Parts: sequence; structure tokens; C-alpha cells
Amino acid sequence: MVRLRRNFLPYLFLAIPIIIYLVWVIGPMFYTFYLSLTNWDGLSSPQFIGFRNYERLFTDRVFFLSLTNNMKWLASFVTVPVVLGLALAMILNRAVPGEKFFKMSFYMPMVLAMVVSGLIWGWLYHPRGGLINSVLVGLGIVEKGPGWLSDRDLALWSIIIVAIWRQVGYVMVLYLAGLKSINPEYLEAAKIDGANDWQVFRKVLLPLLMPVSVIVLVISVIDSLRAFDLVSVMTRGGPANSSSVLANYMYIQAFNNYRMGYAASIAVILFLISLVFIFIYLWRVMQDELEY
Amino acid sequence: MKNAQAYFKSPWRVLIFIVLVLTTIIWLVPIMTSLVTSIRTFNDILYRGFISWPEEITLGNFKTAWERGGLSRYLPNSFIITIPSLLLTMLFSSMGAYALARFNFRGNRLIFFTFVGGMLLPFQVLMLPVFKLTDFLGLYDTYWGLIFFHTAFQLGFCSFMLRNYMRTVPGEILEAARIDGCSEFRIWWRIMLPLTLPAIAAVATLEFTWIFNDYLWAIILLRSEKLKPITAGLASLQGQFVTDWPVIVAGALLGTLPTLLVFLFLQRYFIEGLTLGATK
Repeated sequence: MVRLRRNFLPYLFLAIPIIIYLVWVIGPMFYTFYLSLTNWDGLSSPQFIGFRNYERLFTDRVFFLSLTNNMKWLASFVTVPVVLGLALAMILNRAVPGEKFFKMSFYMPMVLAMVVSGLIWGWLYHPRGGLINSVLVGLGIVEKGPGWLSDRDLALWSIIIVAIWRQVGYVMVLYLAGLKSINPEYLEAAKIDGANDWQVFRKVLLPLLMPVSVIVLVISVIDSLRAFDLVSVMTRGGPANSSSVLANYMYIQAFNNYRMGYAASIAVILFLISLVFIFIYLWRVMQDELEY
Repeated sequence: MKNAQAYFKSPWRVLIFIVLVLTTIIWLVPIMTSLVTSIRTFNDILYRGFISWPEEITLGNFKTAWERGGLSRYLPNSFIITIPSLLLTMLFSSMGAYALARFNFRGNRLIFFTFVGGMLLPFQVLMLPVFKLTDFLGLYDTYWGLIFFHTAFQLGFCSFMLRNYMRTVPGEILEAARIDGCSEFRIWWRIMLPLTLPAIAAVATLEFTWIFNDYLWAIILLRSEKLKPITAGLASLQGQFVTDWPVIVAGALLGTLPTLLVFLFLQRYFIEGLTLGATK
């Protein structure tokens, strides 16, 4: 009887969390797969149409534009913030005068809501009164500053810069934690063996930081696929969809055009791309598990 | 000062320090600019240029954003949504985490990995069904619709973090309590939770800012202006004061004050929360 109760107990603790998770997260995920095979306006009941949403997706110019933009975002995210964040972590890992202040300055953007960052930067980018153009014109670099958010070639990159501004602190935190966990004796040993600073970094430090780098990579990819708030606040995907990303395009299809089945198929594509990285992360967690 | 002397022992270090200072200044520019903008009038900025000595300094923008812009409503809404979500997530995830960390049973790993995988889901994949579900439950355009979703979605991350922490608690303490005839619920509540407090503080600090800063779900699950949290409210404010940037910026600064304060006072926990999952 006692044994039975003990076997039963964990399920008792897990009952509420599991039910909530199934109803609000896991169930909906599968329901989206179903919805992507239907024609649904959000009011009447969904109508099964097979893979027609996907067929249409492959001829949709805006879909590909948004996908490309997500990829540009992703490419920027796995390079610029990673290099900058790692560099800052290396610098701030030893006792720098004013260390606390520096760290705080880079952490701060992380705690601001995306919406807040978007609005603040929207003002910096303002064509006439904004700081950036004021400086450019003031220094005589240009006669008339560009419309950072209204120029087709600039809008997306202007938004990505804001995202990078937020992301650097995050990457830095992770690498700082990684660096703290490295035994300094390894580095000493390499130096005694005659390795120069660059060799120590390349051959000793980077490999030791590999586990952190995997996490950084996965987080960067997932964050760039989730991108929504900044675009929504700063440009709404414009001008002429030039800064549209999949999440925004999906939102517009679902809640402005009421093509919910079609929107679901966009979500499924996003999901399939992330799946690879979710598995990388799970594999990493699994390795930690095996060490126990 | 000794610290500084030790640091600047080579010219190389001096150079790095200068680069560091410049980068930091660039990083702070957006916030500094906003502070300056929020106390000026838009006409002043447009006629005299941004880089000019302000004609007058005013707190009027904050007042406008607070009263006419509706921040006096949006900001309390954010707390009404965030605090119950936070409490519920922490409660349920600490229960689940205890079972996952401390019991061997069928499905343990499966449930654990479902939580871990779920926290990385691109949430677009949940958008339409959750919208429909919330509507079906009669919770569309209510605080509770949003609270339930946040509670559920954040369970993944919280359970993952707390479970890993709970595994490090020495088993002897729990065993001793068990022998004394303590029920499992008492052990969880009276022994496990107090021992997990550092992790709970770290995760909760992080979750507070995440839930507070959510924008996407607020615009999907709420429609009424009077229910909107600050993030969705700021987007409305932007629509209402399209060209009056000092008011928009002042509103953004006011809106970010709670998370900024949490960060300033609980910075240690915030950073711990971020690194909890990445390194052991």
C-alpha cells in the first residue's frame, strides 16, 4: 500500500502542470498542424483542404521575402552579438576599473520591453528630429539624412541593429558565466608550454567554451525566428513588406486578413525550422543528464 | 586606484579600455537621448534641432502620457496580469519540478524533455489555437485568458530550471523527514521549497520581466483598451500621438520603470536566472 502510494505520488504533483501544459502548449501545437491543412476564417468551422495552403505558400512572394528577412536576421544574430558579447566577456572577466558600470550598461537593454526599445529607437531614427540624422547632418556628412525606417533597403537592417543592441548583453552574460567556470590552470599550463595569447584563446579557451556556444547559438536562432515586437512597433513590416518577418506576416494574415489556415501553415514552416535547433538543445541537455 | 594601476600595466590594456568606454557610450546613447527628449517639447526640437540647448524643460510629456495617453490604466493592468501569472507559474512548476527531480517513475524523462523542448517553441505555432481556446473558454478579452496562457507557457522554462536545482539538494535531508513520517506534500512545501529559494528568486525575477514585457499575447488575447498592459498600451499611445515623439518617449520611459527597478534591485538574481540553464 505504501509502495503504491509512493508510485502514485509524482503523478499527483505533476497533474496540474501537465494538464495545463497539454491544454495550452502541446495540444495547440498539434492543432496548428491540423489548421494548416484547412481553410478557416476564424469564425466558421475550419474546412479541410489538404496541402493547398502550402502550395500557395510556395508561390507567395511576401512569404519568401519574410523568410529571407528572418534568415538575414538569423545570420546577423549568430555573428555580431556573439563576437561582441564574447569580446566584452573576455574584457570584463578580469577586474576592470568600473566593471560594474560597464556590465550594467550592456545588461540594461535586455530588461526593456521590445516595444520600449522599438519606440526609443524609432525616435533615434526619426528622419528630421532624430539623433542619428541630426548628428550626420550636423557633422556635414550628409545634406539630408536617410529615412532609416522608410527606405526599403534600410528598414530591416535598422531594426536588426536594435535587436543586436538588446542581444549583446545576453550573450555576454552567458559567456561571462562560461569563463568563470573554466579552471585557470588550463590557461596557465598552455602559457607555460609557450602558447601565445591568440593560441590560448583559439586552442584552449574556445573549445572549453563550446558548451556555452551551443546554447548561445540555439538561443540566437530561436530568438531570431520569434522576432515580432520590434517589427510590429517600428515598421509593421513596411515599406512595401521590405522589413516583414514571418511572425508579422503570419499575424497580418491571421488577424487582419482572417486567413487563419494559411497563417497556420506559415507557423508550421517556422516550427520545422526551429525543430532542428530544439533538438540540438535537447541533445545538449541529454548529455548533461548522462553525467549524473 | 590600485586596481586601476594594476589594470593599465600595458598600453594594449589602455587601448582596450578606450574601446570599451566608447562602446559603452554608444550603448547608452538611446537611453540618454530618450531622457533628454522626454523633458523637451517637440516644437523646440524640430525648430532648433535635436542638438541644441533646450528652450524650456518640462515634465508635461510625462503628465500627458500618464493622463491622456492612458498609462495610468495600462501600468496597473500590467501588474494585474503579471503577478498572478508569476505566482501560478512558480507554484505549479515547483510542484512539477519536485516530482521530476526526486522521483523515479515511468515517463519522467519524457515529461522533462517535453518541458525543455516546449520552452523553445516559436510561439507563433501556438497563436491561433490559443486564441481559439481562450475564446472557447469565454476568456477572450479578460485578464484571465492572458494569465492562463503565461502560466502555461512559462511552465516549461521554470520547471526545467527548478528541477535541475532541486536535484542538487542533498537527499539525506528529505530522507530524514520521510522517516519522521512527514507527508510528501509537507516535504515539498516545508523542506524543498525553502532550500530551492535561491533558484526560485532567480527564475522569478527573470519571469517577472518576461511576462511584464510581453506584447504579442496581449494584442492577441485582449481587445479592450481598458484591459491592455503597458506594452500594448504603448503601441496605442504611439498611434494616438503619432508625431508627438517626446510624449511617446516619455511614455516608453515610464512604462519601463518597473522592470528597470526590478533589474536594479535584483540584478544578481536576474543574471543568475539567465545563466542557470547555460552552465553548471
